[in-house]
Amino acid sequence: MDFLYNVSIDPILQIVEDPVFFIQVIAEGLMAGVMYSLIALGICLIYKASGVFNFAQGIFIVFAVLCMITVFEYGVPIIPAVIVAFLVMVALSWAIERIVLRNMVNQEEIIMFMATIGLSFFLEGLGQTVFGGDSKLVPTEALHIGRDALVIPMFGSSIRLQELDLTAGVIAALLVGILALFFQKTPVGRALRAVADDHQAALSIGIPLQWMWVVVWSVAGLVALVAGIMWGASSSVDFSLVVIALKALPVLILGGFTSVPGVIVGGLIIGVGEKIAEIYWGDALGGSIEEWFAYLLALVFLMFRPQGLFGEKIIERV
Amino acid sequence: MSETMNTEATVEQTIAGRPDHTAEILLSLDNVSLSFGGVKALQDVSFDIRRGEIRAIIGPNGAGKSSMLNVINGFYHPSEGTITYKGEARSDMRPDVVARSGIARTFQNIALFSGMSTLDNIMTGRNTMMNRNWLWQVLHIGPAKEEELTHRAKAEEVIDFLEIQAIRKVPVGRLPYGLQKRVELGRALAAEPELLLLDEPMAGMNTEEKEDMCRFILDVNDEFGTTIALIEHDMSVVMDISDRVVVLDYGIKIADGTPDEVRGNQNVIDAYLGVSHD
Amino acid sequence: MIYREGGQIKTSYAADQQIFPINQDRWIIYGFIAFLFVIPPLFATEYHYEVILYPVLSLGLAALGLNILTGYCGLISLGTGGFMAVGAYSAFKITTAFPDLNIFIVFILAGVISALFGILIGLPSLRIKGFYLAVTTLAAHFFIEWAINRIDWLSNYSPSHTIGGPPRDMFGITVMGPTADPAAKYLIMLIVVVVLGFVAKNLIRGRVGRSWMAIRDMDIAAELIGIKPLQTKLLAFAISSFYIGVAGALYVLMYLESVDPEAFEILTTSFPVLFMIIIGGLGSIMGAFMGAAFIVLIPVILRNSFPALGLDVPSHVIQHIEFMLFGGLIVFFLIVEPHGLARLWQIVKEKLRLWPFPH
Repeated sequence: MDFLYNVSIDPILQIVEDPVFFIQVIAEGLMAGVMYSLIALGICLIYKASGVFNFAQGIFIVFAVLCMITVFEYGVPIIPAVIVAFLVMVALSWAIERIVLRNMVNQEEIIMFMATIGLSFFLEGLGQTVFGGDSKLVPTEALHIGRDALVIPMFGSSIRLQELDLTAGVIAALLVGILALFFQKTPVGRALRAVADDHQAALSIGIPLQWMWVVVWSVAGLVALVAGIMWGASSSVDFSLVVIALKALPVLILGGFTSVPGVIVGGLIIGVGEKIAEIYWGDALGGSIEEWFAYLLALVFLMFRPQGLFGEKIIERV
Repeated sequence: MSETMNTEATVEQTIAGRPDHTAEILLSLDNVSLSFGGVKALQDVSFDIRRGEIRAIIGPNGAGKSSMLNVINGFYHPSEGTITYKGEARSDMRPDVVARSGIARTFQNIALFSGMSTLDNIMTGRNTMMNRNWLWQVLHIGPAKEEELTHRAKAEEVIDFLEIQAIRKVPVGRLPYGLQKRVELGRALAAEPELLLLDEPMAGMNTEEKEDMCRFILDVNDEFGTTIALIEHDMSVVMDISDRVVVLDYGIKIADGTPDEVRGNQNVIDAYLGVSHD
Repeated sequence: MIYREGGQIKTSYAADQQIFPINQDRWIIYGFIAFLFVIPPLFATEYHYEVILYPVLSLGLAALGLNILTGYCGLISLGTGGFMAVGAYSAFKITTAFPDLNIFIVFILAGVISALFGILIGLPSLRIKGFYLAVTTLAAHFFIEWAINRIDWLSNYSPSHTIGGPPRDMFGITVMGPTADPAAKYLIMLIVVVVLGFVAKNLIRGRVGRSWMAIRDMDIAAELIGIKPLQTKLLAFAISSFYIGVAGALYVLMYLESVDPEAFEILTTSFPVLFMIIIGGLGSIMGAFMGAAFIVLIPVILRNSFPALGLDVPSHVIQHIEFMLFGGLIVFFLIVEPHGLARLWQIVKEKLRLWPFPH
């Protein structure tokens, strides 16, 4: 009975008793959700344009940010360092297109997915050789990312927000805005949407498919760099971050693999859901339920809406 | 109307005693409607298939022909109307249950199991009839082995019938289109169906391959007494081999009768024949 | 030896349906199995057992299990490590609760428990496919990992949740635990692997295997010709998990002897086993073991070859090279030969069949 009380009534009581703390929890969840959204965003972009579920997005994040830090540590100012890191990601995208994608056109999605697992392992080995295996810190001061906490009074109590988290939120929003403009307004963006819709049709009207892939993987590289800086600013960067790509899977399932707004909303839902579950239900269930809660949430969701929040209903045909 | 398909078989068919209006009704659809969102694929369609006949379903592209087959074999469930099979009204059934009740089919776009050999594909057609559970199969002795061998013999009969002995062990993914179509027919035949649904069995074939396929269809009907419902675009084939024809247009039945009756029907000529022929 | 099937005329379907229809195949396979039973116990050192034979047998069995699910039934799983953990912890609990129980029975029961888990995880597979299903298995993996870290009972209240193989005898010889005779241990594992290998072969060449492959190649068509999708997929999940569970039991109780929950992390178990079936060949029984041998041997060869060349390479650098090599090989195999080593072997056989003519 104790257990039942702890999972059903007690959490509700806690929420009602201290609603400001509940708002604090939601706010923290949203901030964590922004990170998940950023990670999933990179995967979503690539999936849309090339039909590849890029497991290597996790290593992309680590790779990009370590590259920036390493260049910065050589005494290069931060802005050029960021640019160098981005250029490295572009070069990487080009190499991936050349060596992997070009040779795997028309393979099944599952095979492509496994290839990106291989890619991830390769880049991890390469990254550790080049950048070393130690964890590193993002130079937040040089990037002008504040590390203070803001205290907002509310209903006689107050909630605390990290400046860093707010910065991440704003930058993520900006990034999504810029991407939206890029996709809607520029010729390259239009071509990319065409590619996402139908590869062969896009090819037939003269869109250089392979070039488009390089573009979209580079954009995903940029998103990875931003995600890496943000993630690294709050803790440190090392290769254990690679598995973070797995965390993006439930986000993508919630949002639908091809929908940018879906990914954003999915990330936020996962972030908030996970935090609430951990704070209010974690103890009753044995702690650290964050490890699997997101997957469970996605799974329950899948049973009711297999196509994701913003996906179209799937009609099976023969 | 041209009569290019004067094979021996078709001549024989016209003289042999064909099932007439007294034959038992094997399957009937009554006032069946089917819609996807706002699109109405079938509207209030009724028709029947008599035991032993070759029944053609024709109509322009998008007329709802494939939807009709999909309704019959349980892949789609009609939003209204009833389906009666062997005298019993059928509630919504899963496709695998329908398959077990003796309805087999082929597909418009070949739906073979491309990683498996011809023999294995045909053997899967007999899956519904194999019932030794997997624990027996683990040992692969006694009843399970016996069962496997009996069904292998049956599958070989189908292979002989369709004259595909030489490609028995070839993965079907490597076969040319015409042969794949034949293997697909074989897989359906292996199930020893009472009702065989063929979705454009001759699409994309050259004249020679079409003649072969016609011969197989007529032989199946003749030798095994299998009732056949087929969708086909080639009018000469349809008019030659079918006993009765039902014509759909935009999901509505516009004509139903013998090839001759249909040929003379003004609606049909307007909707279909007048446009694509003459 | 000349590899020909000319002249080997089958006069009955029974002869054509036998497990290895071509005589030479039969000789090679049975010869190789006999070799495995006789030669290593006579000549292998402890090093050979620990570094090559034990891991290849246990991980190869896990790869075979995953191949049943992924290679034959087309359902991708990232939860191999989780199912191995289920098998390992079940076997540990059973053998510590009933010390007199024959260890073969312990392994089978561990497999059965793992299979039940597999059925549970497979239940959503009717509605969800592809990556979506991978997420289900991932959820299972993380849940199991969490559970073995939280529930003290599973490890008999060991502080670090460590489990290991307690000493067990069979016919008066110690076959499990730290004091076990390496050769006896090896033979026990080999018997399990060979028996389960033949069981898998039998399943796959019969109705069950055809149903799996039909679902893999075109699930809708399979359903329309009367294959029950849910039962077929669940059976694949159950059998696959059974194999992976038994493999987990062998891996921990026989090979590693003592592990904590970290041994089952996704990067150290699920992915390497997935690599084994990619490199070995999706949808091939022998391939699973070839892949396992390959993945197990590469680090061994790397570690030995640098000193042999007189180069002093620090071990972490070797590890980085390993990563790159694995990653590169995966991509290479997927591009060049998605059917893996097993397919290469088949090509060699086809060439041999025609030799000395080129076509």
